[in-house]
Parts: sequence; C-alpha cells; structure tokens
Amino acid sequence: MQAFSYERPRTVEDASRLLAGGRARALAGGTDLIPQLREGRREAGTIVDLKHIGELGAIVRTPDKGWRIGAAVSVRKLGADGDLARDYPGLIEAAQLIGSLQVQSRATLGGNLCNGAPSADAVPLLMSIEARVEIAGKGGRRTVSMDSLPLGPGKIALAPDELLVAIMLPARPTRSAARYLRFTPRREMDIAIAGAGVAVTLGAGGEIASARITLASVAPVPLRATRAEARLVGEGPTAALLAEAGQIAAGEAKPISDTRASADYRRELVAVLTRRALDACVAEASIGGATV
Amino acid sequence: MKTVVHCDVNGEPREALADPRDTLLVLLRDRLGLTGTKEGCSNGNCGSCTVLLDDAPVCACLVLAGEAEGAQITTIEGVADGNTLHPVQKALIEHGGTQCGFCTPGIVISAVAMLAENPRPSDGQIRHAIAGNICRCTGYDKIVAAIAAAASEMQAGAKR
Repeated sequence: MQAFSYERPRTVEDASRLLAGGRARALAGGTDLIPQLREGRREAGTIVDLKHIGELGAIVRTPDKGWRIGAAVSVRKLGADGDLARDYPGLIEAAQLIGSLQVQSRATLGGNLCNGAPSADAVPLLMSIEARVEIAGKGGRRTVSMDSLPLGPGKIALAPDELLVAIMLPARPTRSAARYLRFTPRREMDIAIAGAGVAVTLGAGGEIASARITLASVAPVPLRATRAEARLVGEGPTAALLAEAGQIAAGEAKPISDTRASADYRRELVAVLTRRALDACVAEASIGGATV
Repeated sequence: MKTVVHCDVNGEPREALADPRDTLLVLLRDRLGLTGTKEGCSNGNCGSCTVLLDDAPVCACLVLAGEAEGAQITTIEGVADGNTLHPVQKALIEHGGTQCGFCTPGIVISAVAMLAENPRPSDGQIRHAIAGNICRCTGYDKIVAAIAAAASEMQAGAKR
C-alpha cells in the first residue's frame, strides 16, 4: 500500500480543511476504501477518518418528522434504531443486504453512496423516497437531491475537498411504503445483478398518488425508471398495471452483459423485481403506512 | 511515520507502534503477536480475521490500526476463560465442527457475538450470523449444530 497519514478530526470544519489539503480521502466504514487502497484502485496521501465527528455519527428526528442520518452511521447502528425502522423498514432491510454482519458493523450509508457502485444496495430506495444529502465544502453547506450525486461507476458529484455530512429523509407520507428487492445468485455475501428500489404513496381512493422506481446494477448509475413511474400515477394498482410497469422499467434499463449475468437476464429481473417491489409497497401502503 | 496505537485487547491495555497503513489484523498478528486471528482474503470476504471491536464483529483486515485507538478488542485468544474453553469452542470440538481449523477463530467470534445478542438462535439465525465466515472444509452443518448446542448449554448453564 502507498504511504498515507491517518487523521481523526473532531469537527466538519477540520475535516474539510484536511480534505482541501489535496490527495486526501474521507474514510467512513472503510469496507470499500481499505481494499481499494490496498489494491491501488484509489490513491490517498491523507486518510481523514470521519467517525469521530459527532454529527456524522448521529441519527436525528428532524422537526418536520423526517430523519437526518449522519454519513458515518454504521449499518449496525442504523438497524438498532427502532423508530427509524418503523418509518422506513425497507431502508433498514436494504442496508442489511450489504456484505456480512462484520461488514455491516463498519459500513455506512454515506460510504455506500460515495463509493459510487451501480449495485449499491441502500441507494435505490433512498433515491426513491427522495432523500437529500447535505454536503460541506469550502463555501459552507449545501443540500442537494440524491439523484444528482452518482456520475458513473466509482464516480460521484463531490469535489475532492467536499464532504458528505448527512442523508436527509423526508417525513414518511401517510399511506406510503418503500422497499428494495434485489437478485443475487447466492443468498448471502453477494452483489446484486439487478435490483429495484420502489416508493409508493396511495391516494384517498386507493389510486397510486405517486410512485418512484430506482434500478440497481442495470446502468452506470442507479437509474430512475421515469416512464414506468408515469404510467402508474393516478391509476388503481391492479396486478396487470404493476406487471406492465415492470415491463416498462425493463425497457428503461440499460444493462450490460458481464461474467455475473447477461443483459437480457438483467432486463427480465428488472421486470420481476419492479413488479414484486410495487406489489409489496401497495400492500403495505394500503394497510396504513401511517407514521407516528 | 509510525505512531503509537493504544487499545484494550482481551481486557488488557496494550500499545504498539504501527504504520498508518497497518490494518488491525497486522497490529494484532505482527505487532502484538496474537496470531490466533487468521488472514484469509484480506478483502472482507472470508471472515477469517473476525474480531470484536467494541462488541461488534468486524473483519480486522478492513480496519486501520489507527482506527482502533481507544477501542476494546476481543480476539480468539480472549474467548476462553483461562484453561476452560468457551462453550462454543467446546461444542465445535465435540461436533467435529473444525477440519483444517483456519476459519475456526472467526467462526467462534461470530458465534460469540451472535449469542451475546440472541441467546436462543434458530438454525437460520445461526447460518445468517456466520454467513460472513467462509469454511471450505466441513460444509457448515456440523458448525451450525455445534453453535446450536453451545446455545443450549449456555442457557442450561444460566439456569443452574
């Protein structure tokens, strides 16, 4: 491994300063970064450990009944928060698909996002529930839509001196649900060959008031299936409609063939996973899905 | 430049010189001489190097030595009570749950971590708890049976 120094800042400001120093990399859980450094796939002169900055390790209920999840909160800690799990059980479920329990003791939502993998398990659902991210940089802080962050495999729209501080979840709407389903050849310790993160809100008459679908592992970035979403809105959630939306999403996917699966197989999986995730969300949303 | 890392290992305060690039695995094995923790893939995939870091199971190969500053670490050397093996260790021997033995330290730590949170696991929960520990010898059945037996033994022990 190349030589680097290890820093442990206590504040976002100190971390920003270290990152602005050049050739620095933020370390959250390290489950991706440490092997990448070892294998020479990423470089760093300074490793900036974010785990000792208070707000990056905190899960906070916001005044608008949403959630603010520090970028360095581990999946293990996320899963132990009962209130968050009641609001967004699908998010906990998705995060707990990441690696092994050992990996989940360290891995973070911020890292899952910033590693920039198209297969990141926690990202599609976050994009579908319209999570936003708070970013700290030289000019202060800004909050942007998560959709704007992924740029390509391993690439995200963060400047080298910028730092992901928190992931902001909106208040869960009444009669809503969000779930992520993926397919892996093995049950554990595997990477999705396709996945679908879906969020559905039902209207007073049981019709679909809003639907968002984000696909994993079928494009260079987590991909919104906007045509499938548009087909659903305003309609009653019949089995035929949900199946049709799955087919439309499959058409929107841009998968490649590689050693893990063919493009055709991935498209088939998108149709099935999208339909099943929609079905699960509609069932869950129609029995209430009310918060607090 | 090397720095001194202070941490508590198996209940004893330890300090060691470490390069910033050293992982916790290197710190334990090469700097502190605790070679019970094994290096398998060095990528977080095999679980051979599983240790407890502040009570959470982690792959020591995925933690930098510097990250362990101030932490409490339990390795396989800290699981037995003196010369008395932990029930998980005893059960693995009795059930033939080890063969080459290379994955065994990691399996023991994963099982001990699970039993601390879930003293009465189902077979499915045991399999999930050791899903991050790859064994290429025994086929897992004997390991799962051993951990289930250890759980029963510990329950019975708690009642005695």
